[in-house]
Amino acid sequence: MEAYFDNSATTAPCAEAIEAMNFALRECWGNPSSLHRTGNKAKELLELSRESIAKRLSCYPEEIFFTSGGTESNNLAVIGAANQMKRFGKRIVSTSIEHPSIDETLSRLEEDGFEIIRLKVDSHGKINEKDLFAAVNSNTILITMMLVNNEVGSIMPIASAKRAAMAARSPALIHCDAVQAFGKMPIKPSALGVDLMTISSHKIHGPKGVGALYIRKGVKIKPRTFGGAQEMKIRPGTEAMPAIAGFGAAARALPDPKKELEHVTMLRDYMVSHLEDIDGVVINSPEDALPFVTNISIIGTKSEPMLNFLSERGISVSSGSACSKGKKSHVLAKMDLDAKRLEGPLRISFSRFTTLDEIDYLITAIAEGRKKIRQTK
Amino acid sequence: MKEVILIKNGELALKGLNRRTFEDMLVKNMRHRLSGIGKFTFTQSQSTIAAQPVDEDADFEETVERLKKVFGIAAFSRAAAVEKDMETILKCAEDYLADDLLSARTFKVEAKRSDKKFPLKSPEICAEVGGYLLRKYPHLSVDVHEPELTVNIEIRDQFAYIHGKQIKGAGGMPTGSAGKAALLISGGIDSPVAGYMMAKRGLELTAVHFASPPYTSERAEQKVHSLLKQVAKYSGRIGLWVVPFTETQELIKDNCPEDIFTVIMRRMMMRVAQIIAEREKAGALITGESVGQVASQTMPAIACTDNVCKIPVFRPLIGMDKDEVVIISRRIETFDISILPYEDCCTVFTPKHPRTRPTIDYVEECEKALDVDRLVKEAAENARFVSISAY
Repeated sequence: MEAYFDNSATTAPCAEAIEAMNFALRECWGNPSSLHRTGNKAKELLELSRESIAKRLSCYPEEIFFTSGGTESNNLAVIGAANQMKRFGKRIVSTSIEHPSIDETLSRLEEDGFEIIRLKVDSHGKINEKDLFAAVNSNTILITMMLVNNEVGSIMPIASAKRAAMAARSPALIHCDAVQAFGKMPIKPSALGVDLMTISSHKIHGPKGVGALYIRKGVKIKPRTFGGAQEMKIRPGTEAMPAIAGFGAAARALPDPKKELEHVTMLRDYMVSHLEDIDGVVINSPEDALPFVTNISIIGTKSEPMLNFLSERGISVSSGSACSKGKKSHVLAKMDLDAKRLEGPLRISFSRFTTLDEIDYLITAIAEGRKKIRQTK
Repeated sequence: MKEVILIKNGELALKGLNRRTFEDMLVKNMRHRLSGIGKFTFTQSQSTIAAQPVDEDADFEETVERLKKVFGIAAFSRAAAVEKDMETILKCAEDYLADDLLSARTFKVEAKRSDKKFPLKSPEICAEVGGYLLRKYPHLSVDVHEPELTVNIEIRDQFAYIHGKQIKGAGGMPTGSAGKAALLISGGIDSPVAGYMMAKRGLELTAVHFASPPYTSERAEQKVHSLLKQVAKYSGRIGLWVVPFTETQELIKDNCPEDIFTVIMRRMMMRVAQIIAEREKAGALITGESVGQVASQTMPAIACTDNVCKIPVFRPLIGMDKDEVVIISRRIETFDISILPYEDCCTVFTPKHPRTRPTIDYVEECEKALDVDRLVKEAAENARFVSISAY
């Protein structure tokens, strides 16, 4: 039996996405910027995809800008906003558990003279709202925060960012990395007070190599790529039509997030209650985490042998973020958890296709591995 | 004009009557290493081997890159082979060395005439070529003591060879000329360097890797493949034996005192490696140990390990500091692979407080808890063979 529990790293493309990509490659291979019929067909597909994604964010299609994925969107948002806003101040407020595509970008800006505040998180993987209000001052030009953490699933109070900026009379733009949240919970950037939002295709059963940046109407950021007039000059370059078509189709295929959330919460609760019966298992994710991501530690059993043990049985889980394979989790370290927990974290991440049978198979295998794998002292 | 590569074999010239055997081995190694690029003919005369591609389109840049890594070559140069006619030689020197001549400020000409029938003597050739090049490249001046560029003209039996800059070779002895040895490789920084250093002294390599799934992953084995692929650019093809080691490690963990775990594990590895060495007709083992680097590499610990070895164990890194090893591993481009963070057989069950001064009596006493013969025999019998080539 094969069971895939690494959906925070990537998801299997859904049938709709594969079909749409095939269609794009066969029928709509034209350049969307061309004025002839071949180009128009591609342009129509491009705009259909944009509309499908906008609908999922309850925003206008013209607020969606296609990029090559989450990393590019995060880079574009942070650097583009910093460059646009630098005449108002130098301070950028973020958290200490951001994805490397935010964190490394901020370090780069730090070298260029920006002042970066990385807010600490508590043992639930969340920032304290008081700290946020204290950190944002009138010179703050950008607040960037993930909506759902990729390793533990904690949900950040993103809606407080705008309020903190208003309270400090700061012109700050609000950016939200929603890569792990998009498609898994109801999200409306305008209601959250967000100006910029990153989403990615391959986390919602679309193809890799495509993502988008939501830019609220009226908000300006500086581009980082220069060339043609595609994507309103924010991200020039001939559009990656097959991937964008797949992204659009994957977005259309998303079920109602509210119902979905209920179902996945049930699966998560079932799994957690059984895992907790296994000797040594502790749950690192907070109780109110997004149920798609569950981070556990098995005290005395290291991640790597357990991961290999499960892999031999066709089960895919990860020991942390795929973007920093092998390294100790910086998120768990920042959460100030017991050192014993850092030795053996496993991230189990669901998709909407995860079944109870797969979860049973996983629980049995973890219990077996716990017995067979020699423990550390 | 034909382009050839002239290869100078350094130390080989010292090998007296065995020289021919060494040279033949070097040619065989070169032919093997260049096989993906095209066919080459090799002609040997004096202490120079001329390699000439049969195929006109052979990729010369790649040829040079590969030859830089063949042991037994002191230096080599790309040369133009032309007819033995002074006018042709002058024209060719002007065109073929144009880039070198334009980027130099000072130069000199050296000539060698092994074909004594050639009408000009060596100093006369130098004078004529030097004068001609000075007229064609007026920015140059002659400096016979420290020239930026030396233009070499060699008049040999078949052709006149013209070449400029020499390229430094990898040195050492042709791989295989000293026999074969088995390298114990974990995936760390040291063992690939140790293998490289012994290959440099003419040893052909076979490799032994211990895999302990699920404690070690498939990636850890793939990492060893990548490391050996890189070492094979220097040593030639390497036969790798992957030994299943989970049971042995678990039984040591379950039955032996923790403080002696690593030493017992290494003794078991040495025993298995010797069986594989025998199978491969390898006369020695190679490890990347360095005195005092970790607890299992103290002098008493090494003594306990050596106690089970009936063939020599070569430890070329024995007196080196880590940073010295790192310098070599960066140069041979194994460092970036070595630091990939996968658990390897040596780090599974590392004891918290290992014994740094184990005695043979103590180790032997602890080993009584294991069925050593059965474990060693089964591990060696179930080893899996993978052939690793560089290109």
